[in-house]
Amino acid sequence: MVVISDIVVQGIQMLLVLLLAPLLTGFVRKTKARLVRRQGASVFQPYRDLLRLLRKEVVLADNASWLFRVTPYVTFAAIWVAAALVPTFATGLLFNWTADLIAIVALLGSARFFLALAGMDVGTSFGGIGSSREVMIAALAEPAMLLIVFCMALVAGSTQLSTVADFLGSSYVGLRVSLGMALVALIMVALAENARIPVDNPATHLELTMVHEAMVLEYSGRHLAMIEFGAFLKLLLYISLIACLFFPWKIALFGTGPLAYTIGAGVYIVKLAVAGFLLALFETATAKMRVFRVPQFLGAALMLGLLGTLLLFVSRSF
Amino acid sequence: MSAVVLQIACVAGLLGLAILAIVLSRSKFSTAVIYSATLAVSAIALIGSIRWLLGGTANATGLTLPIGLPWLGAHFRLDALASFFLVVVNLGGASASLYGLGYGHHDPAPHRVLPFFPAFLAGMNLVVLADDAFSYLLCWEFMSLASWALVMAHHREPGNARAGYVYLVMASFGTLALLLAFGLLAGPAGDYGFAAIRAAQHTPYVAALVLILMLLGAGSKAGLVPLHVWLPLAHPAAPSHVSALMSGVMTKVAIYGFIRVIFDLLGQPTWSASVVVLFLGGITAVMGILYAMMEKDLKRLLAYSTIENVGIIFVSLGLALAFQANGLKLAAALAFTAALFHVLNHSFFKSLLFFGAGAVLTSTGERDMDKLGGLIHRMPFTSFAVLVGCVAISALPPFNGFVSEWLIFQAVLQSPELPQWALKIMVPAVGALLALAAALAAACFVKAYGVTFLGRPRSLVAEAAAEVDRYSLAAMFILAALCLLAGILPGPVIDALSPVSIEILGSRMPIQANEAWLSIVPIAESRSSYNGLLVMVFITISASLAVYFIHRFASHALRRGPAWGCGFPDPTPAAQYSGGSFAQPIRRVFGTLVFRARDHVEMPAPGDVRPARLRIELHDLVWEGMYAPIAGTVGFCADRLNRLQFLTIRRYLSLVFATLVTLLLVLAIWS
Repeated sequence: MVVISDIVVQGIQMLLVLLLAPLLTGFVRKTKARLVRRQGASVFQPYRDLLRLLRKEVVLADNASWLFRVTPYVTFAAIWVAAALVPTFATGLLFNWTADLIAIVALLGSARFFLALAGMDVGTSFGGIGSSREVMIAALAEPAMLLIVFCMALVAGSTQLSTVADFLGSSYVGLRVSLGMALVALIMVALAENARIPVDNPATHLELTMVHEAMVLEYSGRHLAMIEFGAFLKLLLYISLIACLFFPWKIALFGTGPLAYTIGAGVYIVKLAVAGFLLALFETATAKMRVFRVPQFLGAALMLGLLGTLLLFVSRSF
Repeated sequence: MSAVVLQIACVAGLLGLAILAIVLSRSKFSTAVIYSATLAVSAIALIGSIRWLLGGTANATGLTLPIGLPWLGAHFRLDALASFFLVVVNLGGASASLYGLGYGHHDPAPHRVLPFFPAFLAGMNLVVLADDAFSYLLCWEFMSLASWALVMAHHREPGNARAGYVYLVMASFGTLALLLAFGLLAGPAGDYGFAAIRAAQHTPYVAALVLILMLLGAGSKAGLVPLHVWLPLAHPAAPSHVSALMSGVMTKVAIYGFIRVIFDLLGQPTWSASVVVLFLGGITAVMGILYAMMEKDLKRLLAYSTIENVGIIFVSLGLALAFQANGLKLAAALAFTAALFHVLNHSFFKSLLFFGAGAVLTSTGERDMDKLGGLIHRMPFTSFAVLVGCVAISALPPFNGFVSEWLIFQAVLQSPELPQWALKIMVPAVGALLALAAALAAACFVKAYGVTFLGRPRSLVAEAAAEVDRYSLAAMFILAALCLLAGILPGPVIDALSPVSIEILGSRMPIQANEAWLSIVPIAESRSSYNGLLVMVFITISASLAVYFIHRFASHALRRGPAWGCGFPDPTPAAQYSGGSFAQPIRRVFGTLVFRARDHVEMPAPGDVRPARLRIELHDLVWEGMYAPIAGTVGFCADRLNRLQFLTIRRYLSLVFATLVTLLLVLAIWS
């Protein structure tokens, strides 16, 4: 019986992230448009886009292989599973014990691996340029991510997201400089991983500066819908991750009943809205940087992570 | 029959096969006979060692043969550590033999491969079984020479003779270091049996020297930077199933030697030893994969990636040393088990990838990735198996490479427990290096797979490629299945490794068999847990759900057409991204420092019809800074000394006289 209710709550979370992800992206786009005094499309536009793509036919390049056709489903599934493993409105859900933060990051790595391969599959130079730059950014982001994980594990004594969230939410941890550094570093990594400004521009097309969009250039129809949906989910995942690690307020503890879950879900949506607004504000105020400035940007994230870790050592022992 | 006798019997069988291969060398059945017989013998040895390892409580058994030095005899012993490495050796041997059944038929000179193949396997088995320094060194040299002969099998191909020469020099150097290490361990009393060495007390001075010598001796065989230079030359030069053995198995035998001496014979380690091992391991991991990233020869890329994985294993062993030196038993067992797990995993996927490279070589005759492409259409089964290997080696869930790297990261996260400041600060930095190496490995294998198997064919041979034979495919698919199995069921593997950990460190990881849902929990569930099986199941379920809904509700229409490419058609396959262009972003970020990489663009003047050219300049700083000067000095001295060969008889006599006087003078002053 307990297992069944666990599975139900877990299922609700999986559906919740699925439903909210396009809305979040729509909200960010709408806010960005309003910030530059444009009307902007409705916040529900991403849902319509997905439906439109699903109804269209797929135009497949002549020499596309089975890998190209399988990749959208594999990446979508990997990102969805990763998103379902991050606590959103409640901690300690059934699946949370399946994988810790390192495994979640690696799952996103699996998705990226297949997407980068698909970029190489058709054999156009656009796909190649996208893939090669995507893996460069990943190579720089991953060490920074590990140091953030290290910093959090040092504070909370765990890499299990539920445990970390419970620890940071319940006890009085206080304002720690290293946590602040880890937060800034994680935001920088999240911007890079989600192909947002200043690392990449999600709104550009047909420019040599683009990374993620170049990689998926050959996709169309239902395949493109799955990839777009994956990208929405990934943005939601990183925001949930930041919220769960650094702002675990009102996140429901495991088994506290439907009321706590409802409150948790409400607060979670508020958190998403705030984060989406801040993201839109930041993207409006910043320009995209050149591709080969990205190493410095992510190098700064790495240094912040390392500094945060070292500071923890110092502050612990003195 | 006791277990060690069985193993020695298998070795004797392999040696017998080597002789049989010489007898049969001109027969047309030789390939089939020899490879099927080695397959059978390796399989027996494999089953024997697995049974021993899973038997758990069995005691180590020894065997003394009246061969070797007359007053010493040759000692052999089978304990948990040896049996684990015998599993690695014989699994590699069995799969390479199976692969050889098909691949061997394409060999232009089978009589140059067949006698040495079983001999090489026998050598590796014997190194792991040896229980005294003399037998150990003898078997080590036997293994090196057998593999050298295999490297030289195709000696007329350009570059192979040089590869063989460099390998021979480095192997001799490594054995010299090992000889000195064992000399120090045996001490003035000179008891060369491992049991006596284990029982003796070693001063810290001797321990430090032995560590350095083992890093030189075993490290040069395993491919530690900067002793790795022979490896990317020699491993690809051998036939592909031998490359798989050299990369997947022989480097592991070197790691076995390191573990045997440093963890087992030397007794309690000091923490400063771990600093050296961690540092070298971290550098090796990152340098190895950066070299691989720059490479366009498929087999050399794989050889460089072996260097990376050896680095990862050494980092993990360094962590185990650090924890063991500080008495943190559980963390030491975690790091040690992670290292062994990675040894096993690497032998799976590296053999698989070399088999794949061999299949590509058989079917196209090309190793240069920039002349391949589009093989996924023409070699569907090979490309599927290689894809599994690429995902596994890139440390991505749910495959096995991820599990061992995850365990290593869990060990890294234990480092705040360490009391020494140097280690506290160093271990997170090494952890970041490991993460960098893992991400670069993913990049490198996207490149390797993408350029070789995806895209459009870049040459006529790639266009005309065909699928390889069934034996080769069977070997690849068995290894691919093992990669997945070890990835989704890591718990039983960890439990099977526990006797080794108990024997060497005196502690083990918690029993994983009792965990719910087959999770693995290295320390405690609140700290971290991972469940490969559930991750696999979840991905399968969610992908199936997605496929179901798409096919239920979305449009089914599908139209084939020319690639879109932003409306810009690039007619020639040469316009695709090649290996070099794929590596360009990473070359610009890391290569300017590590390889002093420069891009030179030769742009013709307006009106000139010559094509523009891009030339990439890369420097191997290790070779240019370390080996080239040494080789130059040796050559210079040899040239000078060469004059001594052309003296008159009077000058020779005076030379002898002068030497005699000098030596007598030295003796007089000395005493």
